[in-house]
Amino acid sequence: MARIELENVSKVFGNHTALKDLDLDIADGEFFVLLGPTGAGKTTTLRLIAGLETPTVGHIRTNGTEVNDWSPSQRDVALVLQQYSLYPRLTVRDNLSFPLRSKVRNASPAEIAERVAYAAKTLRIEHLLDRKTDRLSGGEMQRVSIGRAIVREPHVFLMDEPLSNLDAKLREAMRTELKDLQMRLGTTFLFVTHDQVEAMTMGDRIGVLNHGRLEQVGTPHDIYRNPRNAFVAGFVGSPAINLLSGRINQGRAIITPGSFELPLGALPQAATGEAVTFGIRPEDLHIVSGGPVAAQVHDVENYGTEQVVTLRVGATHLRASVPAQIAIRVEEQVRFGWLPDKVMFFDGQTGVNIGRTV
Amino acid sequence: MGTVTSAQQKLGNRLANVMIVVALIVFLAPIYWIGSTAFKPRNLATTVPPTILFTPEVSPFVKLFTKRVQLKPNEKVDYDNAPWWEKIVIDGGERISRSGKGEVQLSGYPSRFLNSLIVAITSTFLAVAMGTITAYGFSRFKVAGEEDWLFFILSTRMLPPVVVAIPMFLMYRAVGLNDTHIGLIILYTAFNVSFAVWLMKGFIDEIPREYEEAALVDGYTRMEAFWKIVLPEAATGIAATAVFCFITAWNEYAFALIMTNRKAQTAPPFIPSQVGSGLPDWTVIASGTALFLLPVAIFTFLLRNHLLRGMSFGAIRK
Repeated sequence: MARIELENVSKVFGNHTALKDLDLDIADGEFFVLLGPTGAGKTTTLRLIAGLETPTVGHIRTNGTEVNDWSPSQRDVALVLQQYSLYPRLTVRDNLSFPLRSKVRNASPAEIAERVAYAAKTLRIEHLLDRKTDRLSGGEMQRVSIGRAIVREPHVFLMDEPLSNLDAKLREAMRTELKDLQMRLGTTFLFVTHDQVEAMTMGDRIGVLNHGRLEQVGTPHDIYRNPRNAFVAGFVGSPAINLLSGRINQGRAIITPGSFELPLGALPQAATGEAVTFGIRPEDLHIVSGGPVAAQVHDVENYGTEQVVTLRVGATHLRASVPAQIAIRVEEQVRFGWLPDKVMFFDGQTGVNIGRTV
Repeated sequence: MGTVTSAQQKLGNRLANVMIVVALIVFLAPIYWIGSTAFKPRNLATTVPPTILFTPEVSPFVKLFTKRVQLKPNEKVDYDNAPWWEKIVIDGGERISRSGKGEVQLSGYPSRFLNSLIVAITSTFLAVAMGTITAYGFSRFKVAGEEDWLFFILSTRMLPPVVVAIPMFLMYRAVGLNDTHIGLIILYTAFNVSFAVWLMKGFIDEIPREYEEAALVDGYTRMEAFWKIVLPEAATGIAATAVFCFITAWNEYAFALIMTNRKAQTAPPFIPSQVGSGLPDWTVIASGTALFLLPVAIFTFLLRNHLLRGMSFGAIRK
């Protein structure tokens, strides 16, 4: 059980700043997801908490105690990495019992056997126990490395893209399993991913990292509906949000590249006429016969329950997700509109959400 | 794979086979020559053309391991009461020096051989151990001026031994290290350690850090992680490095010739010294050389499984 705090943490490698002024407060028993593109500093954050790196400046605290100078073994964290995390040459059973045999824990043989059996049962890898790790499939390896983490009952689980090597079906199953596991153990989880679907489905809260800066922290709903800036809006959500540059004129949105107009609901306090980026989620864009704007269907992607339609207005492309049963053909002429009160407003220069309700 | 189709490929295959045979002949001919000479009667050792078919005998080995000392008049070999192994030696000695009465003693070869083993094994062990730890440090930690240090370490190998032999000899004599085992061991270790550092750094760089980091997080110290995780993974590289170091130390001639004369002399300077005056007995030299080749062959053979992977310098499967 642990609350993890990072205060004003920066990490510099040579002349590359991996993390800048990071403040993070992960509550005890929380499933916290760090989301961000490659190179955003997610793994560095994880390694700082694990004690594999020391911060250039700043403080890291566990349950209020500063742990900057603690070694990884003292911090009592469990780490699940994307790959290479299993010890080669050892069997699955030896891999699972390895953490328990350390001098720090020094568990009795009976306890080791019991904990290994429990972990194997939880992760359904009992039939693999006597196999060498190089004979395992990707999914099996990943489950063993998660198993190696749970035998220990650590303060906090740190997971660095543990599902990225799995095929889609297994990934989905493991998402549920991990979430389940976290609920059962009640332990703090810090889960790093670049996959926004993982973040949205698993996280109690999400922290979005970009270029070593924390862009926003919030619940999945908050991040999705109320992004702090255009980056967060664009990074979260699939299909991605439509970001359209334009300006506001007399309560209407003028989209510049296609020179078309759309109605708006409540307006932000930004000055009319300034450059604004409008954000609208694909599901808030509707293809209706009486819609205000005419467009051509550029592309249709069918996902089974829904289809994502790419619309073309002049040089502007917009994506709308519509139910699958509606028949739409490529190059068809359609009319569309949006839900005015779902439109987000981002500053045209800084990308900051100027209409954000706090 | 497997089936060769085009005529070009067939020709290529045949050519490759021929090349392998030629290479094998080039490499193995001297070894055959030494091996066969070691079992030849003395009068057949230098015939032109070389004698291929002969009745092998062990007398060169007997001569290699023994030396004959002129007896004083009142001394007599108690042949009848001698144990069987001494009889073999005496017989051998008798057979080659029928003319004079002589006592048979152990020659200098066994002790030189033992010296070679002591010096080569100890220095290889030390060089590989120090090299592995140093390489681990260079590989895993930020070392200020890492590139310069590594270059400096390698630069110690750039001088030919002859250049440093004389000053080394003077230094060794001043501190009483000449003609000692420890002196040679220090010398060979220093010589090999640079090589071991470079080789081992390559191997350790290949081992993913994630293994150790997982062990650190799992509650082990850096040292324990090194022992339990890194060393087993580096075994292949250690084996390859050990073979290279052993061969270098085992075959070293120049320093051994200058630094040692009796007590700690190794086999390489001893064997040619047997050429001596008068007509050299090439069969004895060949038998000494043939035996000298064995330890390296055995050592390499024992480590062959590691070497096949180690020599390809991509030891870790990903």
